[in-house]
Amino acid sequence: MDANLSIVSGLVPHLFRIEYTKLTAVLCRHFGFDQIETAEDIASETFARALESWSLHGIPENPTAWLYKVAKNRTIDQIRRHRLHSGAQNELEHFSQTAEIPGLPELSPGNIVDSQLRMIFAVCNPLVSPEAQVALALQLLCGFSVEEIAGVFLTSRETVKKRLYRAREILRASGTDILRVKLTEIPERSERVYLTLYLLFSEGYFSNTPGNVIRENCCAEAMRLAAILTENKETDTPVANALLALMCYQASRIPARGNYCEELILFEDQDRQLWDRNLIDKGNHYLVKACSSPVYSRYHIEASIAFWHTTAGDNRWQHILDLYNRLLLLEYSPVAALNRTFAFARVNGAAAGITEAEKLGLTGNRFYHSLLGHLYAGIDPAVARSHYARAIDLSLTQVEKKTLQKQMDRL
Amino acid sequence: MKEYVLIFRNELNPEQKPSPEQMQEVLNNWMNWMGSIAAQNRMVDKGNRLSVANAKTVRPGNLVTDGPYTEIKEFINGYIVVRAADIDEAVEMAKGCPVLMTGGNVEVRSAVSPDDNS
Repeated sequence: MDANLSIVSGLVPHLFRIEYTKLTAVLCRHFGFDQIETAEDIASETFARALESWSLHGIPENPTAWLYKVAKNRTIDQIRRHRLHSGAQNELEHFSQTAEIPGLPELSPGNIVDSQLRMIFAVCNPLVSPEAQVALALQLLCGFSVEEIAGVFLTSRETVKKRLYRAREILRASGTDILRVKLTEIPERSERVYLTLYLLFSEGYFSNTPGNVIRENCCAEAMRLAAILTENKETDTPVANALLALMCYQASRIPARGNYCEELILFEDQDRQLWDRNLIDKGNHYLVKACSSPVYSRYHIEASIAFWHTTAGDNRWQHILDLYNRLLLLEYSPVAALNRTFAFARVNGAAAGITEAEKLGLTGNRFYHSLLGHLYAGIDPAVARSHYARAIDLSLTQVEKKTLQKQMDRL
Repeated sequence: MKEYVLIFRNELNPEQKPSPEQMQEVLNNWMNWMGSIAAQNRMVDKGNRLSVANAKTVRPGNLVTDGPYTEIKEFINGYIVVRAADIDEAVEMAKGCPVLMTGGNVEVRSAVSPDDNS
């Protein structure tokens, strides 16, 4: 019995995440999005039963089939209960335990995948604030608990609960039953879907706390959801592929770096041997797919930059500079401005780079100072030192300060 | 911060047939110059190049002629809109414009807002 319990408590959480969200999606589609609590209740009860039963009797041969059978029974109970309350008792006579019952959620693989897709589009709603959007996605698309979501955002359980409650009210009130609409009729939702998945990925990738497993899971979850998009004809767009390519390239670098801040400070000093070759190959595959049409988005630009970074050779900097120019013309961000300037210096030399950098006006930004420290290193070590010192002052963590100190010591 | 429109003019030169390499270099220069402005977070509108082939001019009396307005030898090539503290700052940005390398010029105009009729 103990052996069963330990296997079950290892297997069930992982199975839980994936299957829970699939099950919720199918049930949500069946009951309607406004009945999402009912769908979640049924899914939760099903998994509670699984934990109970499997610890006693061991894991069944086909765990997924077991889960769906129990969910189906629970759903029948739910419908019965509802009909009892609404007085339509004579309809009970039509119930049977056979597979083809009209009015029951269809649990075929095709319907599950389709429901998952629709769930992604239903949850990603422009009416919800981007901040709440990621929390919502974590809960409804990734099966994260409120505690786990609080762990991602480094905030309190209460804050997360409030945020989720408000966002779910917005979803409920927004009216459109996405779950029954043709996905191609809602192209404006796609923008929100891509943004949500990228924000979700970013929570994990731009984390300043290495070893925070919960946050790193966000990268895997975002990639899983983006893969769902690319595996379905209706949503297999150039932009979805560009987004997944970008995620693959960035994820490939995770083994090589301590954290994101270190990466920005050390720029090109990563040990490329540690990059995940598998993920780079995947990134290449999706980038090729993404460029199969003239459609072109910010994700295309960012993925292309990431691609060039996977190549060695100095000629890549001209391409990277060009891409950052385009990215900035699409939308400004301080990080893009700094990275563009670094590339500019690689192409035109440190002195020209300094001229460009000093136009940026980001004097309160620690990465601005570390960039200038880096550029002045070969030209005026005293000025370089003062920039690194300023960067250290502005740093938020000990790890960053140490990294910057090391750079300063190299002068 | 105020907004300034930078209008690029060049001369009609039918002799000028740049090679692909020259075209690429011109394009690079423009991308670098505009990218530089965008990196400073000063680009309000990256504007447009204005077509010479697809152009007409309308005059009083419904008189329509082909091509851009070229009573003088120059014609308008394109424009961007930037953000700057004052016109001198905008002029500094304009000094880097690649059109100057091919004998063209940049007109810098303050975009007039409702509360400033200058």
